[in-house]
Amino acid sequence: MDFRFDIIQEYAPFFLKGVLLTIGLSLIAIIVGSILGLAIGLGKMSNNRLVRLPFEWYINFFRGTPLFVQILLVHFGLMPMFFTQPSPTVSAAVSLSLNSAAYIAEIFRAGIQSIDKGQMEAARSLGMTHAQAMRYVILPQALKRMIPPFANEFIVLIKDSSLAAIIAAPELMYWGRAAQGQYYRVWEPYLTVAFIYLILTLSLSKLLHYLERKYSNQ
Amino acid sequence: MITVTNLKKSFGDLQVLKGIDAHIKEGEVVVIIGPSGSGKSTFLRCLNLLENFDEGDVVIDGFHLKDKNTDINKVREEVGMVFQRFNLFPHMTVLDNITLAPVKVRKWPLEKAREKAMELLKKVGLQDKANVYPDSLSGGQAQRVAIARALAMGPKVMLFDEPTSALDPEMVGEVLAVMKQLANEGMTMVVVTHEMGFAREVGDRVIFMDGGYIVEEGTPSDIFDNPQHERTKSFLSKVL
Repeated sequence: MDFRFDIIQEYAPFFLKGVLLTIGLSLIAIIVGSILGLAIGLGKMSNNRLVRLPFEWYINFFRGTPLFVQILLVHFGLMPMFFTQPSPTVSAAVSLSLNSAAYIAEIFRAGIQSIDKGQMEAARSLGMTHAQAMRYVILPQALKRMIPPFANEFIVLIKDSSLAAIIAAPELMYWGRAAQGQYYRVWEPYLTVAFIYLILTLSLSKLLHYLERKYSNQ
Repeated sequence: MITVTNLKKSFGDLQVLKGIDAHIKEGEVVVIIGPSGSGKSTFLRCLNLLENFDEGDVVIDGFHLKDKNTDINKVREEVGMVFQRFNLFPHMTVLDNITLAPVKVRKWPLEKAREKAMELLKKVGLQDKANVYPDSLSGGQAQRVAIARALAMGPKVMLFDEPTSALDPEMVGEVLAVMKQLANEGMTMVVVTHEMGFAREVGDRVIFMDGGYIVEEGTPSDIFDNPQHERTKSFLSKVL
């Protein structure tokens, strides 16, 4: 079997562009997902069942259906309601953000609920409001515990963003498919793409490991 | 200072407070004793509404806790609480633990809060621990910091929920000494404890609770030397 490095060479600039978009999409999704996720996570912890309900179903829907389906729904259903020519990149960013918000909401909830009940009681007994107690006492402790699952979610996002290739968002996987389509070769583009994803995820988990060690010492 | 009328509280089907009436005067040290499950901790936690009650009324410093116009956070600023498990904030230094509420709730400038905190740390004998984190403190030290933290708000009443029950025996004394000093300074205190020596020596009044009721109350010598009720007698015979 011959391996045509010239294909990889030819596509290298495109793979580079693709990697940047892959990282960009994942970053946007984790940032927007965190903001939405905090709100959804807090909403799901409400004492009022009616307030809780929509947040619970948001999480149920986005965790319980394939991301693939969500991307198609967003790109061909949701986005055309606002734009005449929906951009695949925007659609990908939106669907990844909405999806990660559901997972991050659960990370927030688990993190907050893992903090001993006595912490909230002590803060409230000093006259702090619920919001102050959250802001100064509960969240700083919970955030530290959330670093590992959070980094894990980021790694999942990097891999899952490859599904955006189906709506032609020009991320890494898109260029892999383009190369395959042009040369009818399987190994060169797909192995290269897989290798790049592996480098991304491995270096991230190394970073995570380092962060975990650093913060567990404190 | 504190007036409690017909206080009732249930957890699900289990009624833990079955109608409590009590009055605590300013400057008084009231010690609540009783077997576990008697409702004494729940009673104490109702006094700053950490535990919501079903029926009855609690009036603290003129504020009806259940009144819609009462801001419970304002009441809590005046009611300090010390917990069995200390509940210090582990992500903050001892000093920050103490200054957090005065700065965020009372809106004191940081300098003023720090001065007050150092003064209180000196009072509980821990000024050299200002900049360490709680996990490097012994249980007795942690509880003394917790007392200083509650005092930093300048409360009118202090509630103690079994403050020495989680401590190694050799550390109980240092915490009780701080509490005794506080009592001598005229602080109004409500103390749930199993330390009968403390109850007898420091308490102005002892309340014996069992089965969700106040069975008997009186001066320490009334309760310890001359108990009237069978249940008080049998409890005291087990613990003394």
